[in-house]
Amino acid sequence: MTPSLALARAPRARRSWRKASVLPGFPLALGVTLTWLSLIFLIPLSALILRPWELGPAGIWAVVTDPRVLAALRISFGSAALAALVNAGLGLLIAWVLVRHPFPGRRLVDALVDLPFALPTAVAGIALTAIYAPNGPLGQPLSALGIQVAYTPLGIILALIFVGLPFVVRTVQPVLEDLSKDVEEAALTLGATPPQTAWRVVMPAVAPALLTGVGLAFARAAGEYGSVIFIAGNMPLRSEIAPLLIVIKLEQFDYAGAAAVGLAMLVLSFTGLLILNSVQGVLASRGRA
Amino acid sequence: MPLIVANIAKRFGDHIALDGVSLEARQGEFLALLGPSGSGKTTLLRVLAGLERPDEGAVSFGGEDLLAMDARARRIGMVFQHYALFRHMSVAQNIAFGLEVRPARARPSPAEIRKRVDRLLELVQLEGLGGRYPAQLSGGQRQRVALARALAIEPRMLLLDEPFGALDARVRRDLRAWLRQIHDETGLTTIFVTHDQEEAMDLADRVAILRDGRLEQVDTPEKIYESPASAFVFSFVGEGVQLTGDVADGVLSVAGWRTPAPAGTPAGPVMVSFRGECADMLPAAADGLPARILTVSRRGGSSRVTCEIGGQIFTLEAPKSLTTPGVEVRLAPHAVILHPR
Repeated sequence: MTPSLALARAPRARRSWRKASVLPGFPLALGVTLTWLSLIFLIPLSALILRPWELGPAGIWAVVTDPRVLAALRISFGSAALAALVNAGLGLLIAWVLVRHPFPGRRLVDALVDLPFALPTAVAGIALTAIYAPNGPLGQPLSALGIQVAYTPLGIILALIFVGLPFVVRTVQPVLEDLSKDVEEAALTLGATPPQTAWRVVMPAVAPALLTGVGLAFARAAGEYGSVIFIAGNMPLRSEIAPLLIVIKLEQFDYAGAAAVGLAMLVLSFTGLLILNSVQGVLASRGRA
Repeated sequence: MPLIVANIAKRFGDHIALDGVSLEARQGEFLALLGPSGSGKTTLLRVLAGLERPDEGAVSFGGEDLLAMDARARRIGMVFQHYALFRHMSVAQNIAFGLEVRPARARPSPAEIRKRVDRLLELVQLEGLGGRYPAQLSGGQRQRVALARALAIEPRMLLLDEPFGALDARVRRDLRAWLRQIHDETGLTTIFVTHDQEEAMDLADRVAILRDGRLEQVDTPEKIYESPASAFVFSFVGEGVQLTGDVADGVLSVAGWRTPAPAGTPAGPVMVSFRGECADMLPAAADGLPARILTVSRRGGSSRVTCEIGGQIFTLEAPKSLTTPGVEVRLAPHAVILHPR
């Protein structure tokens, strides 16, 4: 065996799962990552998963199939899905305008998009309630039309649109910025109409990012508490969200029951994100292999 | 169908991109727009494609007013420097795009589209790669897909914006010959933007040289090389010696050398230009332009010589004799080109 062969073989035998990398610091980085992830994420999460088992499987089933719990889950996830859908269109439009149409005050609008991140959600909820309550400046004309926003599921969706919007805008915006104008011009010279260009050329390029943004907005909205409880009215079976139900159970010292509802939310959210991520993965891998 | 460009002007803010450009191209002609960056050549091409609207001027193609038409309606194929392929579509889908987006009554049947795509793949020598995605192709292959995509709409004219600019030298040379072949097969009027003089001179029937938004000269490559319309054209299209001189009483003085000026040359300050291959290199005792050889790199039958003439440094092709660094020689041009300065 020549010396060079021996050298080449030694590291491969030691750690076969680890690809040799020129970048240093991999063991340290992985160690820090795992420690950190455990402390702030995995350990609390496993507590959440373990706690409900005090009730036994039948007990958990009884808690999550309680009509009030089911209704709350339906309201939380249904409203989150609808809000995410609205945000998909709205966020895409805002990102498009911000990227492609320079207008006076664009920087200001660009900064405003992030406000839902910064504002305490309770403040947003109270502001929305004040405006859309039946005696509020927008609620009054709307209720004259027979549309009641505050204290109904519609109000919940409104609040969730508010908190979810920046997720979509901020994920789509960089992709649109990256999309070279050449491609749209090429479509134009090939005879495509603007709608054809938007649908067949721009959308497929943006779709993976859009899906990620929608997934984030959905996940955030499903667990949203602060902004919703003010505008929702919180009527059991009608406008009571799952996170509120958890708080109610905690106040009644029903810790295991609260954890059971939390577990149900965790499973639903995780499943939803998993589906979105795999669709996104398929979309993103197209043309990039 | 002849293309007539009349007096096109375009400015972007304070920057004048095109300053009254007039140009004609015959049906089936291969015309190169050559110029340094910022000379306006790409802007002119984009005006033709309908991607830019000129401030002034007119463009007609086969008697039709092109400026009155939308880019979409012009049926002009355009190939972009960075390919501009749709990366989420396969090669075949990219090529078929221009046919797929046609309104239903003008759209060929799916079978017909498939047949045309196959024919185009064959034309650009990418048979069997229709199912690949652009990211799986090399730069040269991508540009060939872009060309096939532009040809799919059966364009009336083909525009190429530095199509080989992003490719390495070897691939460029191969694609160049191949592009000329495709042009000859399709007979399309082709306008080609480049900043590479060798590419333009090699490929085009005629070359239009732009500088600062103005047209300097439009002519065949030979004419441009042999009788450049300006000192700028001379220096842009090839290597040679270019010095300031003066003409007085029928005598040209340049860098300490006095020689009879060509008959009919008006007196005054001039730019004196000649190509290296149009000059003899003689010993220092002979009559000619005094030059000192600095470096010599030999290859094949000739050498590339850098020499100092009148305080400036030039690179020339020269025969092997006399070419030793440090030697004083005399350059005797067979003919000099004079431009007033």
